[in-house]
Amino acid sequence: MGTTSSATKKVDNVQKIIYKHGFLYELKKNKVLFIMMLPALVVLFLNNYLPMAGVLIAFKNFKYFGRNLFENFAKSEWVGLENFEFFTATPDAFTITRNTLLYNLAFIVIGLIVSVFFAIILNEIKGKYKSKFYQASMFLPYFMSWIVVSYLVFALLSEEQGFVNKSLLPALGMNVDSLPSWYGDPGKWPFILTIVNMWKFTGYNCVVYVAAIAGIDQEYYEAATVDGASRFYQIKKITLPLLTPLMVILTLLAVGRVFYSDFGLFFSVTRNVGALYDTTSVIDTYVYNALRNLNDVGMASAAGLYQSVCGFILVLSSNLLVRKIDPDKALF
Amino acid sequence: MRQRENSGILNTVSPFWNGVFNIIFILYSFACIIPLLLVIGVSFTDEKTIITSGYNFIPKVFSLEAYKWVFQSGDAIIRAYGLSIMITIIGTLCSVAIIAMFAYVISRKDFKYRNTFSFIVFFTMIFNGGLVPWYMVYTNFLHINDTLLAYIVPSLVNAWYVMIMRTFFQTNVPDSIIESAKIDGAGEFRTFLQIVIPLAKPGLATIALFQTLGFWNDWYLPLMLIENSKLFNLQYILYKTLTAIQYLAQASNVTGGTAQILSKLPSETARMAMCVLAIGPIILAYPFFQKYFVKGLTVGAVKG
Repeated sequence: MGTTSSATKKVDNVQKIIYKHGFLYELKKNKVLFIMMLPALVVLFLNNYLPMAGVLIAFKNFKYFGRNLFENFAKSEWVGLENFEFFTATPDAFTITRNTLLYNLAFIVIGLIVSVFFAIILNEIKGKYKSKFYQASMFLPYFMSWIVVSYLVFALLSEEQGFVNKSLLPALGMNVDSLPSWYGDPGKWPFILTIVNMWKFTGYNCVVYVAAIAGIDQEYYEAATVDGASRFYQIKKITLPLLTPLMVILTLLAVGRVFYSDFGLFFSVTRNVGALYDTTSVIDTYVYNALRNLNDVGMASAAGLYQSVCGFILVLSSNLLVRKIDPDKALF
Repeated sequence: MRQRENSGILNTVSPFWNGVFNIIFILYSFACIIPLLLVIGVSFTDEKTIITSGYNFIPKVFSLEAYKWVFQSGDAIIRAYGLSIMITIIGTLCSVAIIAMFAYVISRKDFKYRNTFSFIVFFTMIFNGGLVPWYMVYTNFLHINDTLLAYIVPSLVNAWYVMIMRTFFQTNVPDSIIESAKIDGAGEFRTFLQIVIPLAKPGLATIALFQTLGFWNDWYLPLMLIENSKLFNLQYILYKTLTAIQYLAQASNVTGGTAQILSKLPSETARMAMCVLAIGPIILAYPFFQKYFVKGLTVGAVKG
């Protein structure tokens, strides 16, 4: 007994040494390669991995004692799930989850339909310059920052000077006293935000589908034409079925991210107006407001960890599905 | 030749539907461009006209006051503009260099730990610690908030770009070239600089464009990490002015009471002029941008 265990121990040690030697040997042999990786590794460690360990803050009553994070962390008291209990006890927990999920679902479904539609009809446009011009102007909004987009929306919807309230609606015969208060009525924002989101991303989302359509073998269409199929029939029976796998995969990958939202859209375009929170507050903006405006580290970190964990589970499961359909398209 | 043959064989939609599709696109293209025209129109309008009749596409009374004000008394705005340019250039160069070096190493098939290190990058795409610990690391541990580093460090490495670059190296740099450089006695770093980089120029250009756009349009990092108004970039000043128009008065170097400045200041048109100035460089570089972006997106879509 004693001899065998010491023998296995020895083998273990030898293996450990070989393994250690392996890494050290590699480190020595490819010193330059490791040095080349170093800057990125340092950034990843500070920017990504340290914060991953930092999720433990959510289980503490975090307080500032000094300028050192680790000291503050160590001195802060463990409170278990208390932060989560506070968070789930507020009505906000439900509101922000509902808003985040519903907006994302709307963006995914409408975005899919609109971008596939535009990609298909763009393919039918005769004339190279025309289709190039259309594509270029559709893509333009993608290059604007959310701040610039917020200005554009504000220039249209501002209650004092906005084009819609000052020129458009009165010109359409609307009574000046009953003009809508855009930044005061939360009921309008699900529509506004969906339109703004489509406006910004349709051109971008279209590109992938345009490329996929361009990659379809022309012989399918030639054969269909010889058989007398109309162009619309060809779109229905050739283009759409051949695009379906890509549509399914991109949709699944987007579903993996439904717990995350575009901070700029919900924060800047709405101008972070409190009166609109009921329909515009999402997890990302809630965490920001809790951390920076309310200074409530516990609540912010609890909501943040809730998002990270749900997001992680969804990404894993959606990727699992993608993998089943097309292993080449899976993230991992 | 083949193209001509095809167009002879393939049928197309009827002229009626072709017209309908064109109309749809003309309307949509119009919708994409028109809000920009509104902002440009307002920036060239007389301030008093705005107060009385609101924002409009065509200036009823044409005026260059807003731009004059921005260039004469908008010290803070000029500084922010310079800062944005500087951050964009330095940030893009550093980021592309760091990403390229890392992506190159994990693209090398003879590098034993390439999968381990690929995973280290990749994992950041599927899990993150969230805002609070991230914020704590920068403000309570690294203490680089309120420095220019805060604009650059968080954006240096992007996992998605690393993956695109790795694929690019794998498909465009043959192993045999690296091998023969080694045999000729070139060190690893020299091989990378003189042989690999020239072959990877189109890929690097794509990443550089993505990052240029990212740094130029960034307002999130100053929102999180910058409090010192001397360090605000253009987008952040724009943001500040959107939420409180008085901010422009603070940002100007005119002395006197805030109310007095505000009454003189063409604030409505000046902020739109700032917005136009922020879009300017993007519109100028747009044809170039768009071409490479489309290429980059389709490269990335093939396989990350």
